[in-house]
Amino acid sequence: MDFLSTLSIFVMACFVGYYVVWSVTPALHTPLMAVTNAISSVIIVGALIASSAAVGGSEISKWLGLLAVVLASVNIFGGFAVTRRMLAMYKKKEKKPVAASNNSSAK
Amino acid sequence: MDHIAADTPAWAMLAYLIAGVLFILSLRGLSSPETSQQGNRYGMIGMLIAVATTLLLHGTGLPLIVAAIAIGGTIGWFIAQKIQMTMMPELVAGFHSLVGMAAVLVGASAYLNPDAFGIVDSAGQILTASRIELGLGVAIGAITFSGSVIAFLKLSGRMSGSPILLPARHVINLAVLAGILGLIGYFVFDSQPAVFWTITALSFAIGFLLIIPIGGADMPVVISMLNSYSGWAAAAMGFTLQNTAMIITGALVGSSGAILSYIMCKAMNRSFISVIAGGFGAEAEAGGPKGSAVAKPYKAGSAEDAAFIMKNAESVIIVPGYGMAVSQAQHALREMGDLLKAEGVSVKYAIHPVAGRMPGHMNVLLAESNVPYDEVFELEDINSDFGQCDVAFVIGANDVTNPLAKTDKTSPIYGMPVLDVEKAKTVLFIKRSMGGVGYAGVDNPVFYMDNTMMLLADAKKMVETIVKNLGH
Repeated sequence: MDFLSTLSIFVMACFVGYYVVWSVTPALHTPLMAVTNAISSVIIVGALIASSAAVGGSEISKWLGLLAVVLASVNIFGGFAVTRRMLAMYKKKEKKPVAASNNSSAK
Repeated sequence: MDHIAADTPAWAMLAYLIAGVLFILSLRGLSSPETSQQGNRYGMIGMLIAVATTLLLHGTGLPLIVAAIAIGGTIGWFIAQKIQMTMMPELVAGFHSLVGMAAVLVGASAYLNPDAFGIVDSAGQILTASRIELGLGVAIGAITFSGSVIAFLKLSGRMSGSPILLPARHVINLAVLAGILGLIGYFVFDSQPAVFWTITALSFAIGFLLIIPIGGADMPVVISMLNSYSGWAAAAMGFTLQNTAMIITGALVGSSGAILSYIMCKAMNRSFISVIAGGFGAEAEAGGPKGSAVAKPYKAGSAEDAAFIMKNAESVIIVPGYGMAVSQAQHALREMGDLLKAEGVSVKYAIHPVAGRMPGHMNVLLAESNVPYDEVFELEDINSDFGQCDVAFVIGANDVTNPLAKTDKTSPIYGMPVLDVEKAKTVLFIKRSMGGVGYAGVDNPVFYMDNTMMLLADAKKMVETIVKNLGH
């Protein structure tokens, strides 16, 4: 992939992000921040490459990578788990939707 | 190109693309509470695909990597289970700092071992484009880290929430920013370690300098802004690695944070620049007390009075603010709402976009205490209802109910959209004491209206006493 194709993906993704985020209901803005936090930890991809670098590369570089893996993992597990916890709290007035959400989380 | 991506097999590129699309779907799910859980699951699957693909491509040193993921994952999972909902703002700030630090570490690792990242040319030098991307990625990551650490310290009360103003801070900040950009430009021609590490160090410094002058109530903007930065940092690293999943995610998170910052600024009628320049509240505090030195008459009431008034009302609108979060009054409040509903009173909640310390903070707290989300309304949707409602019950909110924002051009909050609580037949206003003013340092005329009853006490205790009085 050359730089221009990468840039095209980036610009298009910015527009997708713009429209998707405006459609998020304000009541869910806190979970939105938590989940964007979790997914931005996709930076773990870079950390994994750094820590699996073949022997011969710099040792420091590898350990920096491993430390980055730890930090990103805190974020991934913490971010998704706390989002899940928060979203489970949002309930409607009647009992039916509660039962429905129980079913969906069971499977 | 010479990038490693040229050697990336097609299946892996497709897998990263799928991960990116799943991340888009995960945000899409948040458009309504019904679909949100599914959205979160898409996000997890996307992350799993991205990680698995990377491990299959670069599968050496697996035991150490698995150990690292296990350590980080356990800590993260544990924090997520234990954290109180009132502490969400500092948790999110803390998590942002981790993304920032991870970006710096990945950048540093790529700089030290560019071969592993496939960003070297035939002469063994780091590619020009990669130098800019690395420089930007590390700079944004470092700013995200130190800025978020300060935001975390302020939000968790470990550091004073009031703005800390250095002399000539604008000059210093602009000079440091210009220095960072200049060095990134220079890095293209000269990639010696001193240049790289100076960029990193200056970026850590500027993140710190940018956030210390910003006061507590501007935190919703700051935290959204840092959210945005963590996205841009991931995107910059994605460019270096030519990785679609990282680029899509970075763009999504970047725009998400930017939009939230915009919404928060608009809800305070402040420009982004004035928030970033900082110091809001400091000037007003100096001028404010003079105006309120004359004690104006107000009507104080008891929990008993409040319970009686609300019991006999037809409709009550509850306006929660940061004070509710501080005193953890949300559960008692929901109990009060339930008792009122049992008496046949219509109960609704009105949320101002900047109530609390982060976007949507009040909604989460109310959801936590089992308030159904269809009883909770945003400012635009409920503001016209105050005219017809019997009681506006304000708990721990102040500036967001101040009618001066509509009339007094000299007021620091002039032009900010506010909840029209003064239009209700009766206003019940819970406040710790008459002495303190809101964050903006402005007195609120609602306190002194004939139809306002001030309930001076800790929010939680007051609501609990009201609940007792409603009980019999």
